[in-house]
Amino acid sequence: MILEAFQNNTFINLSYILASVLFIFGLKMLSSPDTAQRGNFVSSLGMLLAVVVTLLSKEIVSFQFILIGLIGGGAVGAIAAIRIKMTSMPELVALLNGFGGASSLLVASAELFALTTSNLVAMIAIGIATIIGGVTFSGSLIAFGKLSEIMPGKPYLFIGQKILTGLVILLLLLLLFQFCSGIFFAEILFGFDWINAQYALILLIVLSLLLGILLAIPIGGADMPVIIALLNSYSGLAACAAGFVIGNNVLIVAGSLVGASGLILTNIMCKAMNRSLLNVLFGGFGATDSSSSSGEGKVQGDVKPINIADSYLILEAASSVLIVPGYGMAVSQAQHSVRELGELLQDNGCEVKYAIHPVAGRMPGHMNVLLAEANVSYDVLVEPQDVNPIMDTIDVCIVIGANDVVNPDAREDESSPIYGMPVIEVDRAKTVFVLKRSMASGFAGIENSLFFKQNTRMLFGDAKESVSGLVSEFKS
Amino acid sequence: MEMMLLLFVLVLSIFLGFELINKVPSTLHTPLMSGANAISGITLVGAILSSGGDSSSITIALGTIAVFLASLNVVGGYLVTNRMLRMFKKK
Repeated sequence: MILEAFQNNTFINLSYILASVLFIFGLKMLSSPDTAQRGNFVSSLGMLLAVVVTLLSKEIVSFQFILIGLIGGGAVGAIAAIRIKMTSMPELVALLNGFGGASSLLVASAELFALTTSNLVAMIAIGIATIIGGVTFSGSLIAFGKLSEIMPGKPYLFIGQKILTGLVILLLLLLLFQFCSGIFFAEILFGFDWINAQYALILLIVLSLLLGILLAIPIGGADMPVIIALLNSYSGLAACAAGFVIGNNVLIVAGSLVGASGLILTNIMCKAMNRSLLNVLFGGFGATDSSSSSGEGKVQGDVKPINIADSYLILEAASSVLIVPGYGMAVSQAQHSVRELGELLQDNGCEVKYAIHPVAGRMPGHMNVLLAEANVSYDVLVEPQDVNPIMDTIDVCIVIGANDVVNPDAREDESSPIYGMPVIEVDRAKTVFVLKRSMASGFAGIENSLFFKQNTRMLFGDAKESVSGLVSEFKS
Repeated sequence: MEMMLLLFVLVLSIFLGFELINKVPSTLHTPLMSGANAISGITLVGAILSSGGDSSSITIALGTIAVFLASLNVVGGYLVTNRMLRMFKKK
């Protein structure tokens, strides 16, 4: 009977159900700090189970190529995961998203070449898996290029970009319709059949890769968290579509779970910027020059620089300090010095908290990862809505390489492009130190009136050097 | 009919996904993303079937590349997530 169960795939399908259950539990446990590590392990067991039983299935006649792929891919993945620096995490996540998408695209293509009879449902699934997989792949590669600074991180816009994007989407839909229905417009229009399904597939791949590029190049550095979360969602949806191609439930369940979690993250990121997803995708935020926002008369007063010795004196007397990190902390790799400063302040009898804005950095949770790497306990990390109500009681806010997420214009200046965005209201603290390289404006060229406030002091220089300077003042 | 069943599973799983993860502390945003990404490497199952099946060489070739990329995605995703989560400690 057991043999029979093997032969008619009952055993395999039961194992797929178990694998789906493990994914569900794993993902659930991943969303709480105490159980997250176990959750990841549970979900990896589900994956192992799914892969092992697939290898047992009777459709498989040869193992050599599978093993080459498994061992090769696994080894590269393991090396990358072990050697990657925590500061490079956004790039790695982008790249892995892209490979997942590419893999789904290839599964769909491989299935088309294996198709013996024309089958409408299979064609629809192949078409959709190809499009989502292709967009995920090329979009992720562009995101990777921008994050790793192989490409300029600024939004890249050209005239007619939206029209071109719209045109590509239209062409894709048309082609998808042709691909599925076998009714080729070219045949009707020109009276000859110059295109068949396999050529159509190649065209589909080319166009979806192009669409991924078009969607990713207008995204600026500060909007990266949104696009990374969205691509994460796409990588799940691509797997889900591949599930329809091969008629396999475990792909559909796992893929749609990932799709949903990615969409939830995307939504959190958009809310944290008070912008819609469409605005992020097509707004080209930060590409425009700052003419609309930096009216000459608007920002008044001079910036007040401060040196390390004077900052130390203020910090030494403070009884509560809030550290607000941003992308600048990642760039200068200041997280370890920041943790050291935090500990010295605590030893000095001061209450230290870290306020993390959801979109600080280049991917969701970027700052949390860096601070965790530097061994900062996660229970001293607070979110903006928790710390804003008690901001008046805080003696010193130290803003380290953050800009837009602390910009008071988001509350005060209706003409500001970021008006309405929930920010960390550091300007309400008694004193604000802003650690910044120079007065050059941030990614979007948006003026930050925080720098000109009465209670703001600018500590110019590399964030890591400034923080280390403060640390040595405390030690001496 | 089989198509209908697959669609049924799809719709239920999407709802399940939204219910499952609706409240995530921001501390876990990155690991959740990379852990979820590793799960999306489940497409590896389809890749294995293409790569080892009794079919044309082009299917096998495409399948093998897919196995390579999906394994990279799965192994890399789980390991790096684990590495990050190990750092998240309450002191």
